[in-house]
Amino acid sequence: MSGRNVSIILFFVVALFIANNSLYIMKETERGVLLRFGEVVNPDISPGLHFKVPFVNNVRKFDGRILTVDAQPERFLTQEKKAVIVDSYAKFRVADTTKFYTATNGEESRAMGLLAQRINNGLRNQMGVRTIQEVVSGERDQLMTDLTIELNKMAQEELGVVVVDVRVKQIDLPPDVSESVYQRMNAEREKEAREHRSQGQELAEGIRAAADREVTVLKANAYREAELVRGEGDAEATRVYADAFNQDREFYAFTRSLRAYQDAFQGSGDIMLIQPDSDFFKYLKDPTGGK
Amino acid sequence: MAWNEPGGGNNKPKDPWGGGGDQQGPPDLDEALKKLQEKLGGIFGGGGGGSGGSNMPGLSGAMLVVLVTGALLVWAFMGFYQVDQQERAVVLRFGKYLETVQPGLEWNPAFIDEVIKVNTTKVRSASFREIMLTQDENIVEVNLSVQYIIDDSEKFVLRVRDPERSLQHATQSALRHVVGGTDMDLVLTEGRAQIAIEVQQRLQDYLDVYETGIRVSKVNVDDSQPPSQVQAAFDDVIKAREDEERVKNEAQAYANGIIPEARGQAQRQFEEAGAYKEQVLAQAEGEASRFNKLLAEYEKAPEVTRERLYLDALQVVYSNANKVMVDVEGGNNMMYLPLDKLAEKSSSSGAGAVRVDSSNIRELTNAVTEQLRRDAAASGSRSRGAR
Repeated sequence: MSGRNVSIILFFVVALFIANNSLYIMKETERGVLLRFGEVVNPDISPGLHFKVPFVNNVRKFDGRILTVDAQPERFLTQEKKAVIVDSYAKFRVADTTKFYTATNGEESRAMGLLAQRINNGLRNQMGVRTIQEVVSGERDQLMTDLTIELNKMAQEELGVVVVDVRVKQIDLPPDVSESVYQRMNAEREKEAREHRSQGQELAEGIRAAADREVTVLKANAYREAELVRGEGDAEATRVYADAFNQDREFYAFTRSLRAYQDAFQGSGDIMLIQPDSDFFKYLKDPTGGK
Repeated sequence: MAWNEPGGGNNKPKDPWGGGGDQQGPPDLDEALKKLQEKLGGIFGGGGGGSGGSNMPGLSGAMLVVLVTGALLVWAFMGFYQVDQQERAVVLRFGKYLETVQPGLEWNPAFIDEVIKVNTTKVRSASFREIMLTQDENIVEVNLSVQYIIDDSEKFVLRVRDPERSLQHATQSALRHVVGGTDMDLVLTEGRAQIAIEVQQRLQDYLDVYETGIRVSKVNVDDSQPPSQVQAAFDDVIKAREDEERVKNEAQAYANGIIPEARGQAQRQFEEAGAYKEQVLAQAEGEASRFNKLLAEYEKAPEVTRERLYLDALQVVYSNANKVMVDVEGGNNMMYLPLDKLAEKSSSSGAGAVRVDSSNIRELTNAVTEQLRRDAAASGSRSRGAR
């Protein structure tokens, strides 16, 4: 009775052990190789539940998704020997599982390390034949495509991975160079500021001068007009005088002189020495008026 | 539970569940259970000790059925889950992609199927703050935010390791690429919207290549500014622009101030000239008509009028002036005229208030002699005219 029980328990334990060692699951996100005594018998196990013979078969699983290599920022020289710090990353996926297994022993980190080295080499080469201008703006896409193709050749042959994309995250100048860039930017801004200020002065001066000119012209024109009007007045007055006085010149001279005498001797400070023989005094000494 | 699991696992090779809703399942299961029950009945009976084991073999069998049925029920119950309207669930059966489940109450066998729920409607957001080079080799600082949703949950879960990190990398790369192709002035000012559009396109392209299943709904350049090291200089440019405007406005104000004033002055000058014209004309006309009137009367009686006018005028002249009558014929006699005294007297009398000094006296003497001479001449001519 108890022996039978023990055998049943044993049976369960063994069954469990076998199941545990012979059944395995390949996830959708994984790729794997099935080994028989170390030899690859199934290079690409499909996802799902699978069976293997314990101790005989061995399964190596790798991540089958798109993975990222984030390379360390590196200092490169461009064609014109300017230093730039480039931070890049690459996206890759395991394509040939057998090759991947043999090349890296299925170790992701090793594959990544190798890729990172190759990426930096590739970048160094690509940077070396381009100017900083081309690297930063113009030919980034071209650079990346070239690099991806070049890298792929190697990666597929040697590592069994497909490089989906290589991208440069960062292209920066080294700190000391950045400092001089800042100085240049400052100088440029200063130039611009000066330009604005002096342009303002220029325009202001122009506006002022134009205003002054307008004022002067206005005054001059006004003077001309005024003198013209005055002249007209003078001419008219002269004509009126002449018309009137020409009727009897002698009488005009007489009346005008009399008025002039009156005006001339208006002040009481005048002292006159008079000889009483003028017409005015003709009755002074002689009541008959000298007749 | 822990003991039931391996039991279930042991049945698996014959288990219909792996194959879905197989019709042959239940009878097989029942048979297996019956066998198990028979076998286990013995074990439990034996294991229960000498007291009740052999006495109640039926009870232990029933207990076993209850246990197994309970375990099965629990297991079946565990298979239920709900998918929210916001979510999609990716179902993997033994690790293999089976289906993507829509919202609602769902059931999948526990331990066999793996259900990964992903929120596909929530708008997620990631912010970036980057310092980078522009096309003209200047350095700018750009704040960027990306709003995205998980569009394809299958890809998001299965194709890429850490899709959100991929998004981060791709955004950095796309942003730097676009800014690297733009001049700094454009980045800092009106080019932002264009940058956002280009980054979005580029980012979406990258993400599609990486099969992240992420759809970028909006890229926004929150802020772009020069780095702090040059901020002051940039601010100064803005100030300079304001200064420029200010100086221009001041000049304009000056112009606006003086020109109308000058126009007014010109108007005044013109008006004054007009007034002068009117004035002299009126004077002339007045004088002329006065003369005309006088002349008309004079012509009626010339002699007497002339005489009267002459006398009237001289009366006015003589009555105003200080007079010294010199009733002496000829200039032979020495005559002392205390002119200074006379002048003093005249000035003290009020009107002239002329200070008498030597030059004044000389002037006075000159004037007196002149007057004498003229009077003499006038009297001469008058007497001649009268005759």
